[in-house]
Amino acid sequence: MGVGIEVNNLNAWYGANHTLQDITLNIPANHATALIGPSGCGKSTFVRCLNRMHETNPIARVTGVVRIGDIDIYKDTTPVEIRRRVGMVFQRPNPFPTMSIYDNVAAGLKLNGYSNRKSLDEIVEKSLKNSALWDEVKDELKKKSGASLSGGQQQRLCIARALAVDPEVLLMDEPASALDPVSTSKIEDLIFQLKSQYTIVIVTHNMQQAARVAEKTGFFLNGRMVEFDSTHKIFTNPSDKRTEDYITGRFG
Amino acid sequence: MRTEFKLRARLRGIGDGIATALSVLSTILVILPLVAIFVYLLVRGARSVNLAFFTQIPKPVGEAGGGMANAVVGSAVLLGIASLLGVPIGIAGGVYLAEFGRGTKLANAIRFTADVLNGVPSIVVGIAAYALIVLPQGHFSALAGGVALAIMMVPTICRTTEEMLHMVPHAVREAALGLGVPNWRSVISITVKTASPGIITGCMLAFARVAGETAPLLFTALGNDFWSTSLNEPIAALPLQIYIYAQSPYDDWHRLAWAGALVLIVLIVLAVSLVRFVTSRGVLKGAS
Repeated sequence: MGVGIEVNNLNAWYGANHTLQDITLNIPANHATALIGPSGCGKSTFVRCLNRMHETNPIARVTGVVRIGDIDIYKDTTPVEIRRRVGMVFQRPNPFPTMSIYDNVAAGLKLNGYSNRKSLDEIVEKSLKNSALWDEVKDELKKKSGASLSGGQQQRLCIARALAVDPEVLLMDEPASALDPVSTSKIEDLIFQLKSQYTIVIVTHNMQQAARVAEKTGFFLNGRMVEFDSTHKIFTNPSDKRTEDYITGRFG
Repeated sequence: MRTEFKLRARLRGIGDGIATALSVLSTILVILPLVAIFVYLLVRGARSVNLAFFTQIPKPVGEAGGGMANAVVGSAVLLGIASLLGVPIGIAGGVYLAEFGRGTKLANAIRFTADVLNGVPSIVVGIAAYALIVLPQGHFSALAGGVALAIMMVPTICRTTEEMLHMVPHAVREAALGLGVPNWRSVISITVKTASPGIITGCMLAFARVAGETAPLLFTALGNDFWSTSLNEPIAALPLQIYIYAQSPYDDWHRLAWAGALVLIVLIVLAVSLVRFVTSRGVLKGAS
């Protein structure tokens, strides 16, 4: 089951560049929350702070409090541990090129020392079914490389890989921006199904996408969160002039 | 079509032809020396490669026949020691440079040292191994020869490993870290594995290069006219044997030297192909 995320006064830097300023918001459990905003507004940095991927960059720095469920992720735990509870899907599909489809999905478990063959088989099957890829790949699980799939299939493989470690939160950083419309709609259907079991945070450039999949939407601009509200309100009656300008296409 | 476009198209066609011709020519120039050497070795050496070559040790001066069995085995022993020492150290060094020591002073110092070591004449490496092992032990040995060859392998392997690891896309590392895989595990199981075809090529290059080295063995392995597989005794090696036989005044030895050179090249090609074959099995369809 998913858990909620509480963000309090989050600030992030890349070197001297203050990319996130005083972000405070509550992301509800078992819902999809979309983050929109123009390029460079900090939305990707924000999701990378939620699983401590931000700090893999040596010049990055972060302050503030992020609570996922009842854990303060910067105090109570390690980056490695929190990333097992908070899965991530990246903008470009990034399957492990030397691994088969099966091994890609099992990678998160295998690399953490999990080796029960039988339950691995079950988890792989379940994860691929959950990511709507099972029927397309079930005959060639161990024969074909993850890199030999099409772009859309690769991205669903990456989702299956993230689901296999059984996270509570799924972060998606523009998961469909490198995909064609058909693959995009498959990913969106998927988000729709997955949000009953996971808390989903999705960064997107595509406002229709946010409107289609998310109950809540946050609008980021220049490292600040301008507005956070129900998706319906953001797209029909935003409180802030800047949000309105953005969604009506006046800039960005 | 306008006439100036036609003219340009024709010029471009000519330019394309010239560029293609030049690159084909360069390719031929690259391959030609190898083919020439190999054909010449076949012509001069093939007749003397027979069963005796692989089963007999050198006969005393004046007696006809004999072979280089001890040198073939000796070369295998020396290269075995060199690979056992050089490959792990080289790869581990490369992994440190690319993954753990990035930007540190130590890494820069190691990188610089490796580059310099790559340019050190092989005879100097032999003298170094002589001072390090032969002098303290008081005798020449296979071990000293193997260490000298290992010292030559390390910088090549280290630097190619580093380059190959740099070529692994950042996205692949992020994918592993994002799954909650600890960094060290991600480096070993994901990054190094992804780069392994290139790393293996680097090891093979280093292996093939030292397989033909004579100079570092002169003061270390020394050579041996008799059977020996002991690591603590002087040992024969094909390049050494070729060197000695080619300088001798006897026609019979000259013929054996040609045969030895041919066998050495063929064995190197075989060893490299074997490693390639073994490591390419199990590669998946569509993996790049």
